[in-house]
Amino acid sequence: MGPFLETLLGGLMVGMLYSLIALGFVLIYKASGVFNFAQGAMVLFAALAMARFAEWIPRLTGLNNKLADNAIAFCGAALVMLVLAWLIQKLVLGRLVNQDGITLLMATLGITYFLEGSGQALFGNDIYKIDIGMPKDPIFILEQTFQGGILVNKEDLYAAVIAAVLVALLALFFQKTATGRALRAVADDHQAAQSIGIPLDRIWVIVWAVAGVVALVAGVIWGSKLGVQFSLSLVALKALPVVILGGLTSIPGAIIGGLVIGVGEKLSEIYLGPMLGGGIEIWFAYVLALAFLLVRPQGLFGEKIIDRV
Amino acid sequence: MLYRENGQFKTTYRADQQIFPILQDRIAIVGLLAVAFVAVPLVASDYALRAILIPFLILSLAALGLNILVGYCGQISLGTGAFMAVGAYAAYNFMVRIEGMQLLAAMILGGLTSTLVGVLFGIPSLRIKGLYLAVATLAAQFFADWAFLRVPFFTNYSSSGSVSVASLTVLGISVESTSRKYLFCLAVVCVFALLAKNLVRSHLGREWMAIRDMDVAAEVIGIRPVYAKLTAFAVSSFFVGVAGVLWGFVYLGSWEPAAFSIDRSFQLLFMVIIGGLGSIMGSFFGAAFIVLLPLFLNRVPALLGIPMSVSAASHLEFMIFGALIVFFLIVEPHGLARLWSTGKEKLRLWPFPH
Repeated sequence: MGPFLETLLGGLMVGMLYSLIALGFVLIYKASGVFNFAQGAMVLFAALAMARFAEWIPRLTGLNNKLADNAIAFCGAALVMLVLAWLIQKLVLGRLVNQDGITLLMATLGITYFLEGSGQALFGNDIYKIDIGMPKDPIFILEQTFQGGILVNKEDLYAAVIAAVLVALLALFFQKTATGRALRAVADDHQAAQSIGIPLDRIWVIVWAVAGVVALVAGVIWGSKLGVQFSLSLVALKALPVVILGGLTSIPGAIIGGLVIGVGEKLSEIYLGPMLGGGIEIWFAYVLALAFLLVRPQGLFGEKIIDRV
Repeated sequence: MLYRENGQFKTTYRADQQIFPILQDRIAIVGLLAVAFVAVPLVASDYALRAILIPFLILSLAALGLNILVGYCGQISLGTGAFMAVGAYAAYNFMVRIEGMQLLAAMILGGLTSTLVGVLFGIPSLRIKGLYLAVATLAAQFFADWAFLRVPFFTNYSSSGSVSVASLTVLGISVESTSRKYLFCLAVVCVFALLAKNLVRSHLGREWMAIRDMDVAAEVIGIRPVYAKLTAFAVSSFFVGVAGVLWGFVYLGSWEPAAFSIDRSFQLLFMVIIGGLGSIMGSFFGAAFIVLLPLFLNRVPALLGIPMSVSAASHLEFMIFGALIVFFLIVEPHGLARLWSTGKEKLRLWPFPH
């Protein structure tokens, strides 16, 4: 029972990080109908910016307070993502309004290449560390219940708390502010929203900026776990099955989908992996999502697809 | 002035239904084929053949296959690299395991295996649509990556995980020299392009297009979506599989699963979109663009005399590649094929616009 629970918990932790990335996808898809393949590149770009800013700031200002440095670096990186969102809307998506979904998808693939290139050209292409002072030591819980207890990484717990706070903040933002209401209106119906005077351009910039900040948080968490490097942008490929499993248009779907995929991945690796030769993590999530879509084509919480002639 | 169809009357149904109804087009295509078959092998350097023309031909074949699925039938696929890999590895296994297997036969068998796998992964398309399907096809990609890396049977238990083929012969003629390889690829691509052109003009092609334009309406007028979608997947993956065989056997010679990674799938999708969805000609344009662009970008810093480190140059290449893709999508979302047909329309009136 102990190892099983440990795997389950590990899966939940990883799954939550997938959810964070999936959240960025869903936000943008809901508001603008763009399937944003560049989310992974945005995570990489944001994390690179954060890592390098945190390195540069003490050198430039002589400020040697870790908390302040990290806070300033985080704000700086968030600002970079804001500018990026504005540029993407201004230069790319604003000019592709009313194109097919696949054209928009390809455009975001182009953005992916651009961000991967420019991120590494601007901030360097080594492996960088983000150190936001998360404790690395593991702890044991439930030692009374099981022999040896369950091993939990403290770092993962902190990450879980950060993710939960972020989701709560997003929920507040969407439910309680005027901008959030406008965002929900646009997500529901573009034309109706526009006709009551919601500026679509500005909304789209805001959505991309929010997705950028979500990417930044995801990047910081992944980065402090694994180091900031190019492979970070591939994590997004892991988040794709999460998005379709949960439904492209549903925020709770992204979160629950992420948890399901994370747990499924870890359990399958442990219990099915040895039978199939190992390394099945890469495709298991996709097959799981695919099998599920055969039963419910719109995902767990997606809007029902209604066909009309 | 030169390109005008005045006075070219069609008096039979045959004449009306030919692929190139305009005389000038026929002359142009015969000229193009003559140049490609005769002049190019004589004139082009070994480097040009090996590094530009052979990959261009093979990738246009793959793009053609993908265009049948995405452009004609409207089913987005991000797993093209997987079907190429299936073709290549299947052909390799047929070659190694069956005594006296001919290259052509292995190529066809590789294509057929890819067809089977394609149909299998096409089945979800009956339920799933659009972007959901696009992501679902990634399952094929990652599964193939994994299978060819982890299952030793597929690589004939080779210790390094990479496989290689030697001494290619087609119908008793050795295709070892670069110009022969080129001619072989060219011949295959010509046959398949003709096949594709005729397929999309047939009842099958029209069924695909009906499904693409509106599947519910197509169903109402009596087109079976199951049949149309699965045939599109089958034909498309056959083409792609054959392209995979050529890529492995003729272009690479020895390869690893990484040769057919997800980047290859994206690259092919770029070709199809930039070339033009639903256009045979567009597949070739797109392939030419995507093959030539990195080669060109590689040269630019050297040409301008800017000293640049290798990594900086590769980052810059990424940036320019991405920016150009976006630029192209903005300027001409319908692809190079649309530019080509606009140009032809203009040419018909030139030099008198009225």
